Amino acid sequence: MKQKLLNVGVAWLALNAALMPGTATAQDVKKGGTAVIHMISEQRTLNPALRASTGVYNISGKIVEPLIDKSYDGFEPVLATEWTGSDDGLTITLKLRENVRWHDGEAFECDDVAFTAIEMWKKLLNYSSSLQANLESVDCTDPHTAVFNYSKPMPLDLFVSAMPDLGHPMPKHLYEGTDILSNKYNTAPVGTGPFKFVEYERGQYVLAEKNDDYWREGFPYLDRIVWRFIKDKSAAAAALEAGEIHESGFNGVSMADVVRLAEDDRFDVGTQGYENNVAHSTVEFNHRNPILADLKVRQAMYHGLDIDYAIDTVMRGFAAPGRGPIPKAGAANYTDDVTTYEYDVELAKQMLDEAGYPVKDDGFRFKLRHRPAPWGEYTQLWGEYYAQSMREIGIDVEILANDAPGFLNGVYRDYDFDTANGWHQFRSDPAVSTTVWLRSGQAPGTPWTNQFGWQSDVMDAAIDTAASELDPIKRAEMYHAIQRQEMDELPVIFAIEHPFISITSKKLKNHHNTPRWNSSSWYDLWLDD
Amino acid sequence: MNLNIPPIAIYALRRLFQAIPVIILIMIGTFLLLKLAPGDTVDALVGDMGGADAAFIARLRAEYGLDQPIWVQLWRYMAKLATFDLGQSFVYEQPVTTVLLDRLGTTLLLMATSLSLAFSIGIVLGAFAARRAYSLTDNLISTLGLIFYATPSFFLSLMMMLLFSVKLGWLPVGGIKTIAGFYTGWDHVVDVARHLVMPTAALSLIYLSFYLRLMRSSVIQVADQDFVRTARAKGAGETRLMVHHIMRNALLPAVTLFGLQFSALLGGSVVVETIFTLPGLGQLAYQSVIQRDMNTLMGIIFLCSIIVILVNFLTDLLYARLDSRIELT
Repeated sequence: MKQKLLNVGVAWLALNAALMPGTATAQDVKKGGTAVIHMISEQRTLNPALRASTGVYNISGKIVEPLIDKSYDGFEPVLATEWTGSDDGLTITLKLRENVRWHDGEAFECDDVAFTAIEMWKKLLNYSSSLQANLESVDCTDPHTAVFNYSKPMPLDLFVSAMPDLGHPMPKHLYEGTDILSNKYNTAPVGTGPFKFVEYERGQYVLAEKNDDYWREGFPYLDRIVWRFIKDKSAAAAALEAGEIHESGFNGVSMADVVRLAEDDRFDVGTQGYENNVAHSTVEFNHRNPILADLKVRQAMYHGLDIDYAIDTVMRGFAAPGRGPIPKAGAANYTDDVTTYEYDVELAKQMLDEAGYPVKDDGFRFKLRHRPAPWGEYTQLWGEYYAQSMREIGIDVEILANDAPGFLNGVYRDYDFDTANGWHQFRSDPAVSTTVWLRSGQAPGTPWTNQFGWQSDVMDAAIDTAASELDPIKRAEMYHAIQRQEMDELPVIFAIEHPFISITSKKLKNHHNTPRWNSSSWYDLWLDD
Repeated sequence: MNLNIPPIAIYALRRLFQAIPVIILIMIGTFLLLKLAPGDTVDALVGDMGGADAAFIARLRAEYGLDQPIWVQLWRYMAKLATFDLGQSFVYEQPVTTVLLDRLGTTLLLMATSLSLAFSIGIVLGAFAARRAYSLTDNLISTLGLIFYATPSFFLSLMMMLLFSVKLGWLPVGGIKTIAGFYTGWDHVVDVARHLVMPTAALSLIYLSFYLRLMRSSVIQVADQDFVRTARAKGAGETRLMVHHIMRNALLPAVTLFGLQFSALLGGSVVVETIFTLPGLGQLAYQSVIQRDMNTLMGIIFLCSIIVILVNFLTDLLYARLDSRIELT
């Protein structure tokens, strides 16, 4: 018997679908037009098989398609039409879509998938290289069947949930025999998607135009998409209001403007379409500091944080309290049956007293050096809120301001901090980028991994077993256990989970209709101008 | 032996030889300064991507040569620079020279128009105010100058954007041209000009106030000098007095400032270029610092030091022309 795909969290996703604004019926769709999209930062590469990042997907997701995408109904076949796993978990077989052509006219076949999987996903793509570490080979039994061979069991649900982000095939004929990293098609991608790459003017825009040869008959609706790089958030808000851009995603404007534009009936403002792009605002501890190594101190600090207040003021309500390393978007792998820490200043003070840190003459118990991550408004304000609330329970927090490279080095390489507040992005499955926060033995200097000096044999064993467990139900139970242990021992506080926010002109139709919409192909997007 | 070299050429040649060690010192100093900043371009990239595994990070560092000791990196860079090779941009994955030349045009256009506007209008207004010193006109002009002087450029830019783009809808918010407008010929020129109205206005209004205030005090000062009184006694009309006797002498400090500002404007345009998303050198410099794009940053500094040295040279020539007491030695 073949292992069948379990559509994790279908019910939850269907609920979301039910709440969606009515999708347009075929007769009132208008074809043509140019959608203009705001991007905050310049992209170094547009090849999603070399760089797993929402900034890359936001552009190249329209040009290069993944094997499998995610919709509100579960996983959706794109370039792969069927997927099955063997009982021993060592092979995964994909049926590929027929009659699909790359933008240069060549046929899309299994060779492309095999080449990309071995040369890019396994060797070069961030996060994928650890995910595909046990991938031995990809056999093409016929041009439209790809067989992935693993040396250790690979859970099918892990493979499938990683594919929307980490499963973009690239054309073999343009990459074979070249230096892949400096290949010119990395910034001028050739894919199979609904839009063809036209040009990338550095510092200004990327332009893509309609692919007339697209395999979905009658799609796409738009003639062109333009991505405009606007670094200044106030200028981006002005461009939205002036009607020069139609959408700004990934919190591209300031929260004050988000709130203001939410009142404006020309825009749809919200977190819909980011169900798969959820991040945590964290508090990270340096366990090498003996004070912080004391569990009671960490628990007291959690009690000293008014999470609801922070959600209302910093995230303006677009967030929810965290329940450990896996957010609700983790679906079946998520549980809220964990220890929680109510906001209680008196209890926090009492616990710190009991831990042996009474208030001294200067009014404080001890002093911490804190590094706030510079990832924009959320992290900056959340860091300030954290410092402020710690002072209320008698902990003096000194904030060390730093830019991105300064933060990453200070925390993850030089361990020059007591506490830090940052950002953990969830990527579909806990095995992709979440458990590295808790697993010991991470290479020093690797950002967003356990560089905290915290180690637990129980946790390490649980993480390793879960990553190769084939039964989805057992696997989910293991992740629940991991979440419970994390909430009990608090190596990191995953305080608040939040999707991103988009501001979209109501002229755009069919927008934010999938859980990873900004990364998806937008084949059904249209403009009512 | 008489080679018949004009003195100005000898002067230029000497200045050139003096410039070379200056540029080398600037480059080495900047390189070391930039290396003092925590983190490198790989950290910045990884930050942008939202994370990467250890092998990916190590491979990227090796690719960019960042795994070498600093003095090796410096030696490699300077050796390449000696052949005018500015290296490869980490962020744009293109040669730095290409990246710089792409951006230079926009910045030069912006600088040239804003500075000439600021210089000419500022000087006229300043002289005008000085001739009517302490009158209502003078007060009005001086107050306006003070307001522009005190307004931060980002605030002025955003307010103009709010008024002219959001409320009135007359001018585009940013960028250098209408993307997917596919304009050609004169339509293209008009399109670019429309995009440059607000950035140019924002930049020149601030610099205008410098010239205005400087020129006003300078004219008042020169008008009191003996030679002006003599000229007037000899029967020179007010216009001749102003143009030939006062202005020419009062211009010297303004020209000094012009030279200084030409170099400072590269920095001043950072804010304006960023807000209006103009693809110029200022915006590039800002991005390169954030992204720790060493090669691009070094390239910008190299280009800027050349421009500054060149402008200084031209300013000195202009001095000699304006005031024959100054000799080029």
